[in-house]
Amino acid sequence: MKLNLSTLTVSDALAHMASGDFKSIDLVEALGAAIAVRDGELGAYVSVDLAGARAEAEAADRARAAGKAGRLCGIPIAIKDVLNVRGQPCTCASKILDGYVAPYDATAIARLRAEGAVFLGRTNMDEFAMGGSTENSAIKRTRNPRALDRVPGGSSGGSAAAVAGGLALAALGTDTGGSIRQPAAFCGCVGLKPSYGRVSRYGLTAFASSLDQIGPMTRTVRDAALLQEVLSGADPMDATCVETPVPPYAAQLTEDLRGMTLGVPAEYVVEGMDPAVAQAVQHAVERCRDLGARIVEVKLPHTMFAIATYYIIGTAEASANLARFDGVRYGLRATGATDPLDMYKRTRAAGFGPEVKRRIILGTYVLSSGYHDAYYLKAQKVRTLIRRDFEQAFASCDALLTPCTPTPAFRMGEKTQDPLQMYLGDIFTVTANLAGICGLSVPCGVAPGGLPIGLQILGPAMKEENILRVGHAYEVARGDQWLG
Amino acid sequence: MSEKQAQTGGIDVRYVANLARLALTEEEIATFQGQLSQIVEYVQAIDRLDVTGIEPTSHALPRYNVFRADEVRPSLDRDTVLRNAPSSRDGQFIVPKIVE
Amino acid sequence: MNYRIDIGLEVHVQLKTRSKMFCGCEVRVGAEPNTLVCPVCLGYPGAMPSMNGEAVRLTVRTGLMIGSTIDGFSKFDRKSYFYPDMPKNYQISQYDRPLCDGGAVLIGDGGVAKTVRIRRIHLEEDVAKNTHFAAASGVDFNRAGTPLMEIVTQPDMHSPEEAFAFLLALKQILQYADVSHCNLEEGNIRCDVNCSVRPEGQEALGTKTEHKNLNTFKGVLNALKVESERQIAVLNRGGKILQETRRWDADTGETAAMRSKEDAHDYRYFPEPDLMPVVLAPAEIEAWRAALPEMPAVRRARLVRDYGIPDYDAGVLVADKAVGDYFEAAAKLAPNAKLVSNWMMTEMLRLLGETERDIRTVPITPAALAALVCLTESRTINSNTAKDIFAELFEQGGDPEAIVRQRGLGQVSDASAIGMIVDEAIAENIKVFDDYRNGKVAAAKFIIGQVMKKSKGKADPQLVMKLLDARVAGG
Ligand SMILES: [Mg+2]
Ligand SMILES: [Zn+2]
Repeated sequence: MKLNLSTLTVSDALAHMASGDFKSIDLVEALGAAIAVRDGELGAYVSVDLAGARAEAEAADRARAAGKAGRLCGIPIAIKDVLNVRGQPCTCASKILDGYVAPYDATAIARLRAEGAVFLGRTNMDEFAMGGSTENSAIKRTRNPRALDRVPGGSSGGSAAAVAGGLALAALGTDTGGSIRQPAAFCGCVGLKPSYGRVSRYGLTAFASSLDQIGPMTRTVRDAALLQEVLSGADPMDATCVETPVPPYAAQLTEDLRGMTLGVPAEYVVEGMDPAVAQAVQHAVERCRDLGARIVEVKLPHTMFAIATYYIIGTAEASANLARFDGVRYGLRATGATDPLDMYKRTRAAGFGPEVKRRIILGTYVLSSGYHDAYYLKAQKVRTLIRRDFEQAFASCDALLTPCTPTPAFRMGEKTQDPLQMYLGDIFTVTANLAGICGLSVPCGVAPGGLPIGLQILGPAMKEENILRVGHAYEVARGDQWLG
Repeated sequence: MSEKQAQTGGIDVRYVANLARLALTEEEIATFQGQLSQIVEYVQAIDRLDVTGIEPTSHALPRYNVFRADEVRPSLDRDTVLRNAPSSRDGQFIVPKIVE
Repeated sequence: MNYRIDIGLEVHVQLKTRSKMFCGCEVRVGAEPNTLVCPVCLGYPGAMPSMNGEAVRLTVRTGLMIGSTIDGFSKFDRKSYFYPDMPKNYQISQYDRPLCDGGAVLIGDGGVAKTVRIRRIHLEEDVAKNTHFAAASGVDFNRAGTPLMEIVTQPDMHSPEEAFAFLLALKQILQYADVSHCNLEEGNIRCDVNCSVRPEGQEALGTKTEHKNLNTFKGVLNALKVESERQIAVLNRGGKILQETRRWDADTGETAAMRSKEDAHDYRYFPEPDLMPVVLAPAEIEAWRAALPEMPAVRRARLVRDYGIPDYDAGVLVADKAVGDYFEAAAKLAPNAKLVSNWMMTEMLRLLGETERDIRTVPITPAALAALVCLTESRTINSNTAKDIFAELFEQGGDPEAIVRQRGLGQVSDASAIGMIVDEAIAENIKVFDDYRNGKVAAAKFIIGQVMKKSKGKADPQLVMKLLDARVAGG
């Protein structure tokens, strides 16, 4: 049987390389060829560094030959263009970072590097990770590999398209309100948003610092577990990253769910939800029951306030995080300014796209004098209530099963004129970020037209092993039926 | 607070954009004013909740006293730093003249 | 009409740490521009702060010195403000939960002591340094991120002189606490000055103006003199004071309104999500309290009590902590603390002043000074010799006993040997001797001088006097 190297799973590729079936350089060449053929259409990558990837692959092959293979030795990974990689641009899909070259590695990158991973290229995204369709990229459009007229989701749309489209074995995404899970659901791959504090954010260009997390996007849950083992763990450069020991996630996977209690939240059914999504999730819940899980209904009563809370807190933090883009130390500078203030205004006007501007203005407004308490402070209190909802649910459940998104991937351009409608699509994913818990999206069906549907599995903070176990058992029982 | 905001309780995009150091065209102001008024109205949903006695959450997980030892670590090489600068001279970042 | 002046200060103090507040870059003045920078202190995308625990300790230590309440919970906030010296365009500072609440600093000398209440002390990061060229400005980020402690007073100072006295007292405390280098020339201490005036008897404070970033105490004094007079003049004319930021020009001695900002400041504070709160256990705070150095006023009283020196001397000796330390070290080794104090008050402070040296760097050790005092106390050398030796030790260091021994400078106390010289001097100056015998007291001085001269300064002057009197009595 001739292997298609570009659509392998990470764990299969590691096994093959371990037994000498092929080398990392072969993987890189196969993916390079696939990118050359298909990425013109998909637009998953902002930049591809084949020369760099070849050098890293050869180094990985040498390490393996010397018996010094790291845990991801020779695995080509695509990196969302929001993470700093030493010596490479980091555009955040924005014009404002024009010319910027990162002088350091994000901790997540350094960890992958230390285990022998190969960096293939940088993936497209919504500018500064703000959006749910990757249409807010200032660089290019990315298409959904399952339906080219549809968006890949966002903001990690390029990473999802690369993995689902056979252009990378795995990718890193970031998730502030669903930006890993939603594109994974839209493109039909696996996306893990780790618990807040599980993965160091050092080197991740911040959108909303109290919500952001870096996580893997892969073809299987096992692959997500393999990457997560490498990414997790405390970092002296990130005070919000915890010391909780990292379990061997992959080794703890099982094929049944006996002894587990899974909750189904009554509130995760909303108006305008696609019936195919509700049905697919219902089937997935049944399958988990068949695998031995006890299914119970749970209540998350403050869910209806989550979007409002998320957009207040997220934009408030973003307005400060994006203040540093001013044309002084790096990136774009508008010409013709007479004084620094004028320079800031012109640079930021020229460098930021409309969605980023909208969010900066909203975030500035909710923090401004006279409004801070009514919006920002109040949202922080509602955030406490949302956290408590989950604490209560997890008192009796090991994980929760929900739809990842109300609908499958929508058409390109469909929501670009209506930002509020775009925001409302985040309803099932933002709660995990507000509560700091972990969430996993696993393909669980297709809607008419072959559009993937994602099952979201939510777990308590620092209990990634729970959701990975549920996701893996479900995935094995499900089989490959909808995966292209 | 802008006068317009004070009077209407709504967002005054022109005023807030200036706080955020964003130059907007008249067209942008009009578009954003419409969109953001709608969004602000939507997020006002949280007004309906009674949060008396509820502590605000500013960090997703409780952690305290995360300190670094007072040790010097290597700084970046200046050439690397200045290569990223839109404008530099004699080792300094150059900006339009600061007027006080 | 009589006016009352109300002055409040915000004093920014750079803390004495090796590395910056939120990154490992070295804190050092005088390095080439932009060589002590990293992704964190340059506000690079993705960089995150990590808190220097030593800066927290030094701030709390300062608070404990002045009687602040350390309530155990403190957090950091972002303060938004766009300016080219601010790498992230927000400063990490503390808004509603500073490390230290309240406290007080005593000012005034001996006579009327006065208390200036402290509102709070919080910790923040310093900004970069701007240089202005003809057509542009330059920014050097070496200073950006230096730990900066901000001490905010109540408006308790009612004259420019009181504000000046407060700053001196505060600097002394900071030195005693050993929390800052307190080098004003290097900008270690910088003040924002708030000043208002109100008619005598009026309850409410007047409208205040602010002067930012004054980096000398004299500048604060002068700016306040000019500004308070200006405000009084405006009110006397029937005018109104505008709340504004003004600039002090030390060269012209004038204050002037700065170009007004386009909009009022809206700092949009919110908790820094990248930093976790500081929660200090009571036991830890108590341990730090137990390790505090003595406050200068307490030390002054103790020096009077323990060493039997005058209050005035003690006040001078404690003014500079290092001088006080030196005194105590020498006094513990010397037979007579008062004599040590005399040396400190006269020769030591004079030479330090003339040479502009720091007592911590002079070659004469406290042990050497103590030894010198021993030599005078035992009359081994006389005071002139001692002064010469002191000057030499001040420049070159060394062991005074060895110097005396090697050069044979020891005082001659042998009554028969000196008696011969006395007789010789009397014989050569018989008329003067007669004057003395006839009651002209000053005449003795001349004879003693002659004896000293003949003995090459080695004669013990008191012995000479005794012998001379014996000659008068004995005839
Ligand atoms: Mg301050
Ligand atoms: Zn630094």
